[in-house]
Amino acid sequence: MPSVSMTVNGKAVTGEVEGRTLLVEFLRQNLNLTGTHVGCDTSQCGACVVHVNGKSVKSCTTLALQAEGAEVSTIEGMATNGDLHPIQAAFKEHHGLQCGFCTPGMVMSAADLLQQNQDPSETEVREWLEGNICRCTGYQNIVKAIQAASQEMKG
Amino acid sequence: MAESGIGASVRRKEDNRFLTGKGRYTDDINRHGQAYAYFLLSPHARAKINGIDTSAAKQAPGVVGVFTAADLAADGVGGPICGWVVTQKNGEPHKSPAVSALASDRINFAGEQVAVVVAETLTQAKDAAELIEVDYDVQQAVTKMKDSLSSSAPQLHDDVPGNLCFDWEIGDKAATDAAFANAHHVTKIDILNNRLIPNAMETRAAIGDYDSGTETMTLYTTSQNPHVARLVLAAFMGLGPENKLRVVAPDVGGGFGSKIYVYRDEIVTLWAAKKLDRPVKWVADRSAAFLTDAHGRDHDTHAELAVDKDGTFLGLRVSTLANVGAHNQIFSTATPSYLYGCLLAGQYKTPAVYGEVKTVFTNTAPVDAYRGAGRPEATFVVERLVDKTARELGMDATDLRRKNFIPKDQFPYQSPCLVQYDSGDFNLLLDRAKEVIDYDGFAARRQESAARGKLRGLGLSCWIEACGLAPSAVVGALGGGVGQWESANIKFNPTGSVTVFTGSHSHGQGHETVYAQIVSDQLGVPFDSVEVVHGDTAVVPFGMGTYGSRSGPVGGGAIYKAAQKIIEKGRKVAAHLLEASAEDLEYADGTYTVAGTDRTKTLAEVAFAAYVPHNYPLDEVEPGLDETAFFDPANFTFPSGAYFAEVEVDPDTGHVTIMNMIGIDDVGTVMNPMIVHGQLHGGFAQGIGQALYEQCVYDENGQLITGSLMDYCMPRADNFPMFTTEETNQPCPHNPLGVKGCGEAGAIGSPVAMLNAVVDAIGTDIDMPATPEKVWRALQSRAQAAE
Repeated sequence: MPSVSMTVNGKAVTGEVEGRTLLVEFLRQNLNLTGTHVGCDTSQCGACVVHVNGKSVKSCTTLALQAEGAEVSTIEGMATNGDLHPIQAAFKEHHGLQCGFCTPGMVMSAADLLQQNQDPSETEVREWLEGNICRCTGYQNIVKAIQAASQEMKG
Repeated sequence: MAESGIGASVRRKEDNRFLTGKGRYTDDINRHGQAYAYFLLSPHARAKINGIDTSAAKQAPGVVGVFTAADLAADGVGGPICGWVVTQKNGEPHKSPAVSALASDRINFAGEQVAVVVAETLTQAKDAAELIEVDYDVQQAVTKMKDSLSSSAPQLHDDVPGNLCFDWEIGDKAATDAAFANAHHVTKIDILNNRLIPNAMETRAAIGDYDSGTETMTLYTTSQNPHVARLVLAAFMGLGPENKLRVVAPDVGGGFGSKIYVYRDEIVTLWAAKKLDRPVKWVADRSAAFLTDAHGRDHDTHAELAVDKDGTFLGLRVSTLANVGAHNQIFSTATPSYLYGCLLAGQYKTPAVYGEVKTVFTNTAPVDAYRGAGRPEATFVVERLVDKTARELGMDATDLRRKNFIPKDQFPYQSPCLVQYDSGDFNLLLDRAKEVIDYDGFAARRQESAARGKLRGLGLSCWIEACGLAPSAVVGALGGGVGQWESANIKFNPTGSVTVFTGSHSHGQGHETVYAQIVSDQLGVPFDSVEVVHGDTAVVPFGMGTYGSRSGPVGGGAIYKAAQKIIEKGRKVAAHLLEASAEDLEYADGTYTVAGTDRTKTLAEVAFAAYVPHNYPLDEVEPGLDETAFFDPANFTFPSGAYFAEVEVDPDTGHVTIMNMIGIDDVGTVMNPMIVHGQLHGGFAQGIGQALYEQCVYDENGQLITGSLMDYCMPRADNFPMFTTEETNQPCPHNPLGVKGCGEAGAIGSPVAMLNAVVDAIGTDIDMPATPEKVWRALQSRAQAAE
């Protein structure tokens, strides 16, 4: 089996994978980073979103080998020294999660949005989230949380 | 109100772990040495199985076992069961065909589980499944209810003549017929309530684990009710005894009803673990979830409303066909009967109501309770019909409703449909809803839209539902297999922290927070000192789980009662410590005070004394501060609401834009407004999803056409505007917290408000979902008819 090496949440990792092993499988099974979820098999739901080299990607549609040498960050890498990232804190403050299953993908997707657009409008947030499905919240408080986080992060 | 007590929008305890990737869902659990299960699903909707050859699969790399129905039969393993006996018009019980845990000789829906492969890796299991040879004799499927009831239809089950599950009635037929005979006007409507697929974001999953040393089985699974799962597995599937079976439902990623049931794959995974004496993990992929999860709704209804000259409702007549799919499940008979028919009177004092329901087996996945379960269907019938009546009479839709509302002073109100509504103020709800939507300003908004070439519509629903499942005596009288009380155990630890064990189980509702609020409020302990434990039959004594919006009214009621027992026991201990008589002690906010003095003991001090009894009345009171209570309500709870939807339709494309969606809810006492409004938002999204987007489609051969998230339209963030939700709180009179339940309300009231808005915009009836194509065609038909 081929070997793959990458940096995950700042830590260098190496593992043996099959050619067909998906990045999400590598994260969940090899590295036990189970915060990244799988909610579908057609790349629609976005529960598996992580960052690869700073961009949000669906780790269920990325081969582990494609991430060779990449900087990968997952939901487990968002909080620092136990302090929630402002996006995580805003999700909690604004009740942007219920069952929590879509949440890691939502947070990672939102983090990429706020890198690209520091002050997104409600419409921009809603359109950005087109690739993330939540069945619990009706999205309302997710949108509020992301907008609140954008204000917090702008300082 | 304390910052963390009842009524405060306390931020959720569970959120930190969910937000940091430390939630623990079933697929996040791995047992040492586990193998992986993959189910071979039938590609055909109806077939006879002549034989299954698993020999090649058994030889495939990594395979540790391949099993079929014959293996299960040899071990006496049973299949899914029905939990509610519905008595038909003719006095006979409904038909419930026997179902095995893997298909034995016959296939009745596409996706039915035929065999399971267990292998060292999931990919090996999948590869081996392709080597299983099934000799199918493929037969013509029947997927439509009317076809299934026809005399020429194929018979799905040998013991179910005519594919009829039951023919049931509610209400007074003679009185209703008489009301129609004297009517000034009769409005008639035909309605399809579209079939839905629940799609919790976490798919179903199970891990079977067997300890051959103690002969104990453990099932980790995505269940809304782990104790019920254990009971059913032990009593009906041969996977007991119950004292050797533990069911753990860890964090559960949404359910909406679909995780109430014990499914075939879960039964087989547990059994296979014992058979192979090693842990076995199974996780449904989304495709399997679409095919095998219980679907929702799927009614075909004709309804008529008889009215007097002035719009007074005289009688309501409803005839419904409900699809139960291939076989029954736990609530599949209760949902289209009692959970539907009992709500047909709606918010109105219609004196005579008669409903009849035929439930039909078809070659489709089983249909069972899905968020709202029967009550959205009833609300849809009543509120579509009332809206159409207003149109036909030329009356304002709000005036007609108001004229027929059950007045506030007539509660408790005996509905002609069995149930007794406990409380409500329907005028208050409607008044506030009209203010919030700016009802009087609608005409101007419609004009403004018209000036832009758009069609604007306003839709209303005034709804009531019955939840807080359920009063055990009532449920038992109606055929329910189990009473539906809830349990709670509150345990003070010696150093003053509190652990709460509940039989309810959260799958997103925030129980760890709300139950801690109740305990903090009643016992005066800091919110952060209260830990709520649920979802494990080895830890929680017993429970009925979470469905039917019961966790607040019933689960919360049990916690409240347990808290009162703690206070009473603590009083005896405090009396001893204070050298006073128990009757002289006053209790408030966690502290006992000798009346008229400043001598006090806190519950934490009492707890310490109770566990470390240096100075304790051991001859009068047992040590420990640990109380269990059960709560079984006297009646259902009856949340109600008034919802408005406002839409704009583009006549060129048929596209519906939601301009506004508001809801005024009476959900009784609100324990955590933040969570209640979150539940309502989610309910709105699922209800609007039904009204505008979602539709489960089978083709004539029984193939699921909408079998992925690319084909089944799940609502996205950009489908919705910001919703407005408010409450008017009429406390429920028969549970100690006054709570009515809010989990299903949004999904019950919103579909019909939204569809009424579309109908108002386009001026013609339309079925859900009102997709752009359907709306465009309706507009074209209307234009052609006008020519």
